[in-house]
Amino acid sequence: METLVSLLTLALIASAIRVTMPILLAALGAVYSERGGVINIGLEGIMIMGTLFGAVGDYVFAQRFPGLVESVPDLAPAAGVLVAILAGVLFALIHAVVTVTFRVDQIISGVALNLLAVGAARFLNILFFEVSTQSPGVSGFTPLNIPILKDIPALEPIATSISPMIPAALLLVLISHWVLLRTRFGLRLRAVGEHPLAADTLGINVIRTRYAGVMISGAFAGMAGAYLAIEQAHLYFEGMTQGRGFIALAAMIFGNWWPLGALGASALFGYFDALSLRVVRLPVPSQFINVLPHIVSILVLAGFVRRAQPPAADGIPYSKEEE
Amino acid sequence: MIVLRGITKRFPGVVANDHIDLEVRRGEIHALVGENGAGKSTLMRILYGLYQPDEGTIEVNGRPVVIDSPRTALALGIGMVHQHFMLIPRFTVAENVILGSEPAGAFGRLQRREAEERVRELCQQYGFALDPAAEVSTLSVGEQQRVEIIKVLYRGAGVLILDEPTAVLVPQEVDELFVNLRRLREQGKTIIFISHMLDEVLEISDRITVLRRGRVVGTVPAAGTTKSQLAEMMVGRPVLLELEHPPVMPGDVRLEARDITVAGRGGKPAVHRVSLAVRAGEIYGIAGVEGNGQTEFVEALVGLRPVISGQILIDGQEVTHATARAVRLLGVANIPEDRHRRGLVLPMAVWENVVLGHHARRQFLNGAFVDRQAVESFADKQVEKFDIRLSSIDVPALALSGGNQQKVIVAREFSFSPKVLIAAQPTRGLDIGATEFVERQLLEARANGMAVLLISANLEEVLSLSDRIGVMYSGELVAEFRRGEATPQELGLYMTGTRRQTAGTGVSPS
Repeated sequence: METLVSLLTLALIASAIRVTMPILLAALGAVYSERGGVINIGLEGIMIMGTLFGAVGDYVFAQRFPGLVESVPDLAPAAGVLVAILAGVLFALIHAVVTVTFRVDQIISGVALNLLAVGAARFLNILFFEVSTQSPGVSGFTPLNIPILKDIPALEPIATSISPMIPAALLLVLISHWVLLRTRFGLRLRAVGEHPLAADTLGINVIRTRYAGVMISGAFAGMAGAYLAIEQAHLYFEGMTQGRGFIALAAMIFGNWWPLGALGASALFGYFDALSLRVVRLPVPSQFINVLPHIVSILVLAGFVRRAQPPAADGIPYSKEEE
Repeated sequence: MIVLRGITKRFPGVVANDHIDLEVRRGEIHALVGENGAGKSTLMRILYGLYQPDEGTIEVNGRPVVIDSPRTALALGIGMVHQHFMLIPRFTVAENVILGSEPAGAFGRLQRREAEERVRELCQQYGFALDPAAEVSTLSVGEQQRVEIIKVLYRGAGVLILDEPTAVLVPQEVDELFVNLRRLREQGKTIIFISHMLDEVLEISDRITVLRRGRVVGTVPAAGTTKSQLAEMMVGRPVLLELEHPPVMPGDVRLEARDITVAGRGGKPAVHRVSLAVRAGEIYGIAGVEGNGQTEFVEALVGLRPVISGQILIDGQEVTHATARAVRLLGVANIPEDRHRRGLVLPMAVWENVVLGHHARRQFLNGAFVDRQAVESFADKQVEKFDIRLSSIDVPALALSGGNQQKVIVAREFSFSPKVLIAAQPTRGLDIGATEFVERQLLEARANGMAVLLISANLEEVLSLSDRIGVMYSGELVAEFRRGEATPQELGLYMTGTRRQTAGTGVSPS
């Protein structure tokens, strides 16, 4: 009974919300890329770049401008997030060039990106910090507390110490949904992912639109990485993404390629992720609990995939010459 | 208003357009007819800016112009309705129409209400029945075509090029399209109508230009021109438009489907309780709009798709759950509808393709190995008999034209004395000459006592070849007629689900 109750405590929910964020941000990125017709399994690699550059940006900014950071401490993590987004965009650009311009198989390019990221992160880490696998500690954003609620002791776990990136991410979900559904860019991006030839005959630049989708996905995955390093661990260490980029892809699919869907799916995966972090007193070995989020994602996808409605041209390179 | 002079376009090995002169007047419906490969599509792609001519000039409204892209063409008021619709099924009608020239406000916000209003106005102005908010995937083919036309009108085109617009329509939809086209002409639009369906061309157009092998044969007024005159201009020799259909005494039932149901996507079966029987010496034609279960039905018959319930019998022998190979060896030949995916192995040589599936017959084997000499001499014989035009039997099948590829399939399927022939869309994409050849072969098979099941989206073909006709709609056989009992218009009503015979009134094999 005690274990059952602990499955739904506010502390667990608060922790679930925290671990949902990186999955959610990366899943949002995946939505943009795949709505435009480019599968991006390089998300994991981009996230790795995001974790490293998030820490680097944060650390270097704090070193360079100690005075500024003293008066406005949030500047350092903000710089970290920006650098991570930039790194994500540039890393995603590789994927765009290889798959959109040169029409290489998108899965192969994504795998290559993931492998490249692991090696590059280690190499760059040595360049920046002279050790291979982790960064010095970095500072996070000043946490937010919800007024009034924070004074109710029972609600304390979810009403206090909230990373400002959490409301930002939730806002981004709504904005993304609106952008995809209600704007010219969203309509064109989806058109290019559904039927690029039709879009092309109407004067839409398929190549440029797909680049935009992939690069936006890089920005989101970079931000996801930054969240992990800056807000969650307060440092970068090797392997800290733990396959969350892949779980994000699963969340995007389970969310049926829509931002709001991705939010729901990410929350589900986040919950099990949090559970695996918290449950320690069960009579089963902890390794079983650790694989729980991945097992859940496999089960969920296996049940869902039949009803999934991916963009019709998802994963198919576009070339003008073919009729 | 549009004058093309001396347009020449060469592709490696062919001159697609050879000094073509064409003059289209404002407010007329001008038909462009010719066989496949006559250069109609190339010429229109040049006018729409998809290709650049090697020689020649284009004048629009008296001014010489260079049309380097579809954008330029649209700016000049020239729009094209493609044969293969360029629509996004998951978008609404309005979204499809505005895509690429969207009315948008701050932050690129789509003005959806304005867009839908604009589309509604256009529909009203030209009398098109369309709901701007409907998702395109829910529309019929005829409605989708209307969306394509509205798309062009939305961009302000005064000249509409329609590439084979009737190829995908049932007769009622064709009638409706013609009503719409006439209304567009009344409002001053100019229409260029590409087709090889001569009846339709004569009905709808004011003037007709005939192309053959990249050259203009002539431009004639539709009034006072006959179908056989046009056919002769197209082919360059007199053509028999109606094949002879001599009476043949039907024999025993060779192919029988009893109440078969085949699974489809989602919960709904693709084929629902279909029964029919085809006798020796009989052609049974199945008419229907594509996607109404014909494909799945054929796949079930030849053993490529599992049957949920019911029975399939070949010569009285049950083959419901037999493999495709077993069905083939029982003497069932099949001309599949997708000749590239199912009919041929494109990268393999013609001599290999011509025995495919029969390559393990003793006559082609030398112990465990293929007896190449035997196969090649067999292939040579077939090439001659079926008049397959190729440089050598060693070339891969993909190097042949569509008509010759189909002949390779016909040669293979007719060669091992089959009892049953299942021919799905056997003349799709073939020109008049090749079509005539394949249709003749079907009639010959019938005369030789084969049981032929013909599935075709071409209603004229079904009517002219079949002894009995069944109509498939939504996975069911909704009607059955004897030869001569039904007009195309009547069949059209059944094909669109407007009408159905009550169960049990079907005609049994005579």
